[in-house]
Amino acid sequence: MSKNIKISRGVNIKLKGEAEKVHASLPLSSTVAIKPTDFPGVVPKLILKEKAEVKAGTPLFYSKENEKIVFTSPVSGEIAEIRRGDKRKILEVIILADKEIRYEAFTAGDPNSMSREQIIENLLKSGCWPFIKQRPYDVIANPADTPKSIFISAFDSSPLAPDNDFILHGNGEIFQTGLDAIKKLTEGKVHLNINAKGKASDVFNKSRGVQINKISGPHPAGLVGVQIHKIDPINKGEKVWYLTPQDVLTIGRLFKEGKFDASRIVAVCGSQVKTPKYFKMLMGQSVASIIEGNVDTEKTRFISGNPLTGSQVNKESHLGFYDYQFTAIPEGGEGEFFGWIAPGFDKFSLSRTFFSWLMSGKKYDLNTNMNGEERAYVMTGQYEKVFPFDIYPVQLVKAMIIKDIELMENLGVYEVAPEDFALCEYACTSKINVQSIVREGLDLVRAECG
Amino acid sequence: MRFLEKFLHEKIKPHFEKGGKFEKLYPVYDGMETFLFVPGHTAHKGAHIRDGIDLKRTMITVVLALIPCLLFGIWNTGHQHYLFNGEISPEDAWNVMLWDKILYGAMKVLPIVIVSYAVGLGVEFAFCIVKKHSIQEGFLVSGMLIPLILPVDIPLWMVAVATVFAVIFGKEVFGGTGMNILNVALTARAFLFFAYPTKMSGDQVWVSELPDATAGETQLGMWAQTIGVKDNPDAVQGIMDKTYSTMEMFIGNMPGSIGETSAVACLIGALILIYTGIGSFRIMASVLVGGLTMSYIFNLVGINPFMEVSPIDQILAGGFLFGLVFMATDPVTASQTPTGKIIYGFFIGFFAIMIRVFNPAYPEGMMLAILFMNVMAPLIDHYVLQANVKKRISRLKQVKVAA
Repeated sequence: MSKNIKISRGVNIKLKGEAEKVHASLPLSSTVAIKPTDFPGVVPKLILKEKAEVKAGTPLFYSKENEKIVFTSPVSGEIAEIRRGDKRKILEVIILADKEIRYEAFTAGDPNSMSREQIIENLLKSGCWPFIKQRPYDVIANPADTPKSIFISAFDSSPLAPDNDFILHGNGEIFQTGLDAIKKLTEGKVHLNINAKGKASDVFNKSRGVQINKISGPHPAGLVGVQIHKIDPINKGEKVWYLTPQDVLTIGRLFKEGKFDASRIVAVCGSQVKTPKYFKMLMGQSVASIIEGNVDTEKTRFISGNPLTGSQVNKESHLGFYDYQFTAIPEGGEGEFFGWIAPGFDKFSLSRTFFSWLMSGKKYDLNTNMNGEERAYVMTGQYEKVFPFDIYPVQLVKAMIIKDIELMENLGVYEVAPEDFALCEYACTSKINVQSIVREGLDLVRAECG
Repeated sequence: MRFLEKFLHEKIKPHFEKGGKFEKLYPVYDGMETFLFVPGHTAHKGAHIRDGIDLKRTMITVVLALIPCLLFGIWNTGHQHYLFNGEISPEDAWNVMLWDKILYGAMKVLPIVIVSYAVGLGVEFAFCIVKKHSIQEGFLVSGMLIPLILPVDIPLWMVAVATVFAVIFGKEVFGGTGMNILNVALTARAFLFFAYPTKMSGDQVWVSELPDATAGETQLGMWAQTIGVKDNPDAVQGIMDKTYSTMEMFIGNMPGSIGETSAVACLIGALILIYTGIGSFRIMASVLVGGLTMSYIFNLVGINPFMEVSPIDQILAGGFLFGLVFMATDPVTASQTPTGKIIYGFFIGFFAIMIRVFNPAYPEGMMLAILFMNVMAPLIDHYVLQANVKKRISRLKQVKVAA
């Protein structure tokens, strides 16, 4: 019983520098890192010290909350550095990679003939478990729970997002193996949501054991939170798990080959990239190895992820655990003379206060300027235009600011994640940093209500 | 322009920063700098790209939308002056003595605008310096709205007093831009209306330098008079003969507050606000529907001549359209939820017509209706939110029943 969902509220931000549909390979990065900061709610406890030898799949650290959830090395080599920040918070565990990757051995086998417990154990041990996230709270799923359903969004609608139909082409068998494993984790359905516009890859269309739903509309139609809300909304006390197609591939390879193969295909895109295309690389690849020779580094913002939700990285840093996109856009920083009255042909706005609305379909080369200063909320109705939930976004954000947990609960805090508010943050006239407010709000509710 | 930016940062800014000579005036410097340059702050948290719009641009767009009303108000001030003083006759074309009218109007109107901005921004700056906040843009619009809703012969000191009152008690005590409950410009007008009624109502204040012993009535004033003589058909007819035609009301060449008379100018403003997405179409449409509904109901009842005025004439008269386009849509004081906006707007239109017909002592029902609904807006939003909350709770209950 597949569903057709039409999203009407939202917007596609058209940026320059979309990745061309060409595969390329990056040389093995000399350093690879896992960043505990990618996992909200996880307090990392190190298992190994600097200089220790690791293989791909060797546990590096575990979550203080649940020591079964381990984070493993994506590559074999030696732990080169444990980079720390303020209050000795662990920022990155950096591994100096071998030329040839050696793998830890995990159980291989057909997931259909394995029990739920065996599958969970294999996922936990190999370090694949953190791929599975849960709502409420947008954190790593708890292996002791049973979710009411599992969601996989087969397409990403964010600006410059990688095209999963292209990436997964020809990987049908591995994807199905991954799905078979995922399927066992829930008593409910596994929802695979494809883009109704254009033809989805056969990898998705021919998937077995899942419910395929068609979603149409502008961004955020591809965000899993929106899809959950429209298809199987979360009530208080319920859990829904979700992951991305490439995560399923990694899990598929675990069950096929018995190893933690952290290679992935990443879209290297953005207007500062000379030849934007798809590169095969490792999880946690070093930024230096990606930008070398292909990215204009002068006044450039490097983003691990997409421009709306990604995190800022620098040349010494590494890509994030969940990121399948590397974006390089111009760094702002220069004031604009009488910018509040200038015609602004190069500015993209959801309002029509800039004359850029004269040119529909134009692709923009946006920089990282805030284009204004933070103010109290004045305008209304802006968030609602890009927030396709039956939730009042501004009121929920205000409840988070005043830390009123009961109000947040009433207004639907269990269904949202920071990424759902990314477009609100983009559109905000008052330049309020909504995503970080939502993250703090979710952390607070999680700490108080579990 | 890099040169100017550099000059500001290197030569001027140090005086205003901590330890500088004018340290306390930093908000003023900051206000001036951000007026010249949209600052080059970059996003470090959350989304790396941001919409081009900010509050300054939003406010300037509203001010632009007000310009047609201001220009028409200037022309009309001169026009009414010369008309009532007998220097032109009603049959003359609009451009007879055009430059005299504009010059006369400008001399009357611009001082009010200047006083309103100077006093309002002065109070705003003072508060920012005391509270060490950066200067916010809210008054850019209020400063233009206040002159446009006043009679042209208002003494300038009254404009100043009203502006001070409105900015302090209408806005700053609640926390500044974005925090106020009542529309700032209407607070100024309501203050004058109740404190100095002789300068704000009657038949003597709407035309500049009205000759002695003549009456410069507004349309609403004349309609209101008919109620007193409703049993005398001749008297009613006598008054109705003097009232302005639908076309005159649409164009706006009649006495009234400076910026409110012309429906055309208001509609141009409405188009700008709706097209740019700054003003809420929902609110505007529902105010209109509310006004039409109430007038139609009065038409059906029809116990006095004012009630029998056609709905279209009711909408065009007085400040209804000006309030609809520029006051009711103020996002801070209006309802904030989409459903709430419809309810809020409908009742503004509904009450505005009701007040002006039921209580002829307050012909400007629009002002009172909007202020009243400003106070009610949070309540409307509360019930809209509760409906959403209940929906979520009932969804949870269904799941529990099923389980």
